[in-house]
Amino acid sequence: MSLNGKAYIVGAYEHPTRQADDLSVVRLHADVARGALEDAGLSKSDIDGYFCAGDAPGLGTTTVAEYLGLKLRHVDSTECGGSAPILHVAHAAEAIAAGRCNVALITLAGRPRAASAALAKAGKPPQLALKAPDPDAPELAFELPYGPATQNLYAMVARRHMHEFGTTSEQLAWIKVAASHHAQHNPHALLRKVVTVEEVLASPLVADPLHRLDCCVMTDGGGALIVARPEIARDIAAQQKRPLVKVRGTGEAPKHSMAGKVDLSYSAAAWSGPLAFAEAGVTPADIKYASLYDSFTITVLMQLEDLGFCRKGEGGRFVQDGGLISGVGRLPFNTDGGGLCSNHPANRGGVTKVIEAVRQLRGEAHPAVQVPNCDLALANGIGGALASRHTAATLILERV
Amino acid sequence: MSSPQDKGAQPRRIPAPRVLPESQAYWSAADEGRLLLKQCDDCGEVHHYPRDICPHCLSANTRWVQASGFGRIYSHSTMGRGEAAYTLALVTLDEGVTLMTNLVDCDPAALAIDQRVRVVFKPSDGGHAVPMFTPA
Repeated sequence: MSLNGKAYIVGAYEHPTRQADDLSVVRLHADVARGALEDAGLSKSDIDGYFCAGDAPGLGTTTVAEYLGLKLRHVDSTECGGSAPILHVAHAAEAIAAGRCNVALITLAGRPRAASAALAKAGKPPQLALKAPDPDAPELAFELPYGPATQNLYAMVARRHMHEFGTTSEQLAWIKVAASHHAQHNPHALLRKVVTVEEVLASPLVADPLHRLDCCVMTDGGGALIVARPEIARDIAAQQKRPLVKVRGTGEAPKHSMAGKVDLSYSAAAWSGPLAFAEAGVTPADIKYASLYDSFTITVLMQLEDLGFCRKGEGGRFVQDGGLISGVGRLPFNTDGGGLCSNHPANRGGVTKVIEAVRQLRGEAHPAVQVPNCDLALANGIGGALASRHTAATLILERV
Repeated sequence: MSSPQDKGAQPRRIPAPRVLPESQAYWSAADEGRLLLKQCDDCGEVHHYPRDICPHCLSANTRWVQASGFGRIYSHSTMGRGEAAYTLALVTLDEGVTLMTNLVDCDPAALAIDQRVRVVFKPSDGGHAVPMFTPA
């Protein structure tokens, strides 16, 4: 069954905080749920489906449903890391199409920045804020002794890309530069200063060849989305006199070490992307705006190639000289400043990717970065780690 | 995890592997200086990390084979400073599988993709020896 046109995003809200010292994780989930409901003009009793992932506390859907007092008939806590909310939009559309719910709420929230700050104040290592690895994970013994941090895992993808395709650190730096050009217009962005390629290259090497400014920010907060069946969406659009945001194409796929046949030249977006484009009946050339997961600069480069915005190996040339800057380049990306400059709440960038795509389609992005006549947008997430195992989720949204 | 702030820090402690029953033989062999892989008797494919069940064909007829211990660097990244610096790597063994490891006893700045490496075994923090690689 095609999901094209089966559901609409009627509510979107991003928490304005970037460091939530005095807010609990569940309170942040509640804040963003309230914000998205207000944006949609709906009330709590309209929600009959709820979606969250591993960032939610306790028993996830059950715990948050209790805190918010939700009465539900459909829940889904599919956990795939930072791409989860993008995948949840597709699963919400499936549930709506199957008659399992009418109005689905999706939340993502967390407070790693505040937790790290509290540990530092107490003289304790910030790593204590991370969840302990699951001792039953079968790969653990074959990885943990070697010190895989997120940074060096992505760095190995970057080094391999440089080796195979001649990509340079300067080209990767252009991705950060583009994000910073957009972030200067976002009053909530953690990093609003425009940076140059030289400044990215002069920032300390975190895990060679990646510099500190190749990495996303660590922030608190989160975001929420409300997905509704078409009749409800049309009622809301008529009341609010604003464009509808239709779910047009969806795709999801995990990629892993493939029994030892490791190939870091492509990501799971090479599988999720074609599924979404086929369902939507459009091509990459039709996309006016793209929200691309930007845990690191290399993450963006891989998605550009794997989603078909350029050929494999040509991502470096695609992004250089401002190729991703709105109003300048060939593909405006992450016009809120993205995870690289604005927000990567709970160490998961999925929900903010969808929210900025919704803003662009509604014409509600900052005027300095709003894409003219933005009628077709893509959001893609990479949850997990590119060099080991991850799940990609691709979403194509249309203004109607 | 180490970070660039670890100036003057001690060498990274190697966490002891948490051993599941199906990979006990792998770690016992590592203590004897041997690197094992799993091969499937039904489809013939070698895989890593080692499982009872072949991830190529789901056969339970898998057996341990000894690897040559030689391979090539697939990719690598050095993190941390001074004594705490360490190099995470993916090494493709001559048997065709790629495994996560560290590159040790070498100058990280002199490493290159496709460089030949050989296995060495390093003690972990109170547990089994851990296979790592060094330029061949």
